[in-house]
Amino acid sequence: MKRSLSSILTLLVMLGVILSACAPSAPTQAPVAPALTEAPVEEPVEEQPAATEAPAMTEETITIGFTSSLTGAQEVSSKRQVTGFNLWMDQVNEAGGIKLSDGTVVKIAAQTYDDESAKERVQELYTRLITEDNADFLISPYSSGLAAAASIIAEQNGKIMITAGAAEDDAYKTGNTSLFQLYTPGSQYLLSTVDMLKRLDPEAKIAVVHENDKFSTSVVEGLKPYLESEGFEVVLEEGYASETTDFGPIINKIVESGATVLLGGGHYPDGSTFARQLYERKAGLKFVSLLVAPADSKFPELGDAAIGISTSSQWELAATHTQEEADALGKPWYGPTGEEFAAAYEAATGEKPTYHVAGGYMTGLVLQKAIEDADSVDPEKVKAALEAMDIFTFYGGIKFDTSPETHGLQIGHLMVVAQWQKDDAGELVRKVIWPADVANADPLYPVPAPE
Amino acid sequence: MQQIGLLLASLPDGILLGFVYGLAAMGLTLIWGVMNVINLSHGPIIALGMFGTFYLFTRLGLNPYAGLIPVAIVGLLLGILIYAVAVHRVINAPHLSSLLATFSVNMIIIGLGTAAFTTSPYNVDFAAGSFKLGSTTLLGTRLIAALVAMLFTGGLYLFLFRTRPGKYIRAVTNNRSAAELMGIPSTRILALSFGLGTMLAAVSGALIATFFPFSILAGGSYELKSFVIGVLGGLGNPVGALFGGLVLGLLEGIIPAFMESSWVPVIEFGLFVIILLVRPSGLFGAKQQ
Repeated sequence: MKRSLSSILTLLVMLGVILSACAPSAPTQAPVAPALTEAPVEEPVEEQPAATEAPAMTEETITIGFTSSLTGAQEVSSKRQVTGFNLWMDQVNEAGGIKLSDGTVVKIAAQTYDDESAKERVQELYTRLITEDNADFLISPYSSGLAAAASIIAEQNGKIMITAGAAEDDAYKTGNTSLFQLYTPGSQYLLSTVDMLKRLDPEAKIAVVHENDKFSTSVVEGLKPYLESEGFEVVLEEGYASETTDFGPIINKIVESGATVLLGGGHYPDGSTFARQLYERKAGLKFVSLLVAPADSKFPELGDAAIGISTSSQWELAATHTQEEADALGKPWYGPTGEEFAAAYEAATGEKPTYHVAGGYMTGLVLQKAIEDADSVDPEKVKAALEAMDIFTFYGGIKFDTSPETHGLQIGHLMVVAQWQKDDAGELVRKVIWPADVANADPLYPVPAPE
Repeated sequence: MQQIGLLLASLPDGILLGFVYGLAAMGLTLIWGVMNVINLSHGPIIALGMFGTFYLFTRLGLNPYAGLIPVAIVGLLLGILIYAVAVHRVINAPHLSSLLATFSVNMIIIGLGTAAFTTSPYNVDFAAGSFKLGSTTLLGTRLIAALVAMLFTGGLYLFLFRTRPGKYIRAVTNNRSAAELMGIPSTRILALSFGLGTMLAAVSGALIATFFPFSILAGGSYELKSFVIGVLGGLGNPVGALFGGLVLGLLEGIIPAFMESSWVPVIEFGLFVIILLVRPSGLFGAKQQ
């Protein structure tokens, strides 16, 4: 009797240990020794001796702090964002730094850590970045969930944080004063897709199946009222856990509901798995739009399963914004063209940039513009410059909401709809299909059924 | 009515998946049953099986099912190694010691795996066809995996009950001291049992890799399911583990038909707690002390 009781107790203790160690939000099971691993990718740029031409130039190095998800669920997209940022940083430093009117030259140094895609690590590491590493400015981690955790720390310490890869609206509605969002807010992600569907197939039956996380939920919160107002029938709405690998039951539900269009997904791992299993199970949908995953350059690994899969994109090279657009809108143009950016990225990495890369690059570019406008690295002046900013770049418009209730929300930037299609050579290419004035291909609707 | 249709559509999938869950659990419950050690490195070993299949498939072009044999052999040897290095010395120590020992192995494998493979998802792009069954599509990979799982269950059962080493294993399970007195080399038998357990884990990983994406962290969820199955089916009993796996697979197929799929773990673990309270020895009986 005593023996079985102690066995049960041992079992329960053991289970408690395992469940706490294996909690889904901390995929690396590390309550044991949270050793800080300095990311091998970035290295703080050493202060270089000032150029020999102008002895009057004083050099200053500012530290930009951020965490990246080198491991865990956000790894794929986070690495893209960081590579984009690093490209900007390298370009600025190679050009000699940001030049201010008083002769100061501002060089950029980065301080970064691996947040393991875990909120707890983000909180620890951003605190460290602020208090120990004395970061001057912060950039968010990739993903709304992690960025929300980081923004709390940034706001507590009054540090400016530029967010990329963080579309969820709610993070900017907490009465903050120091957050600046680059991505179009989540609630607007799928609105232009709905506009497109209205044109293509107003009778479509919509299934909304999304990851149960901050970002995807914010997308759906904006999507549902718009679907209703446009007269679409939503036949299924369901959320799934972030770690889901078996989409079989959900796909059965979608098929059973009679849906012809699927809108949803979440991030890269679940989105790519979802797309793959939709294809394997011959779900037979006319149109599928998934968040994030189809926008990544890894997506073609799915082969034929990728054909016809669409996504809402923050930026596509094929539809990159131009100075002409800026002039037409009466906004000042800033930064490189999309082609220049893509060429530099391809030279550095051998790959074409995706919107995650562009977002990372823009965090630096926007900061650079703010420092130039403020003519100083003083945080208060830079903040004022960010709040006054209303520019147009290859990435699109940049303008931040400055009302106290929704400070930092991005209000200048629009999204496009992209879809994977086979080009004439039979290669999988991501085409822009909406809006019509920037599209470089017609939408593939309905998506061809797998043989 | 829609729900009945959905139920029927999800049942075959659930059953097929359940066989594989059962196979995964068998590895854990065998070790647990034989030597009262909970192998916390069960998850990563499943993941290593997944990677084994992946590399054999992509580098050597080896059919994943043919690749099961090398994966099984390496799984067996790895288990014997882990036993010799980490478990043997703490086999007679209080539970916590063996728990910590296998947990450490778990962390080592995950650490090395993360460094070697990163945590981005991997896929074995192997298609074995599919066929329609009513309104659902059954995948060839799942069917074959279920068949392989049944084969391994049968093989394990025969091994345990019809061969001499199997008999030794059952003797050591029953009463280690008595077995030693009878001249059974208990250390070697324990090592073999551990190796068999890890072999089953690796093979189940290899099968899972043919239909789900994975990373070095992917084994964790199957490890948790294995605990539930272990309790459901009773320890050390391969048929019990298979049954437990089927129950779990069925739940995962049925529950989403009636409620959001996020309820599945709630009900799975709720069942776990209930069984622990009502019948801690499992539905298929206890291992004897």
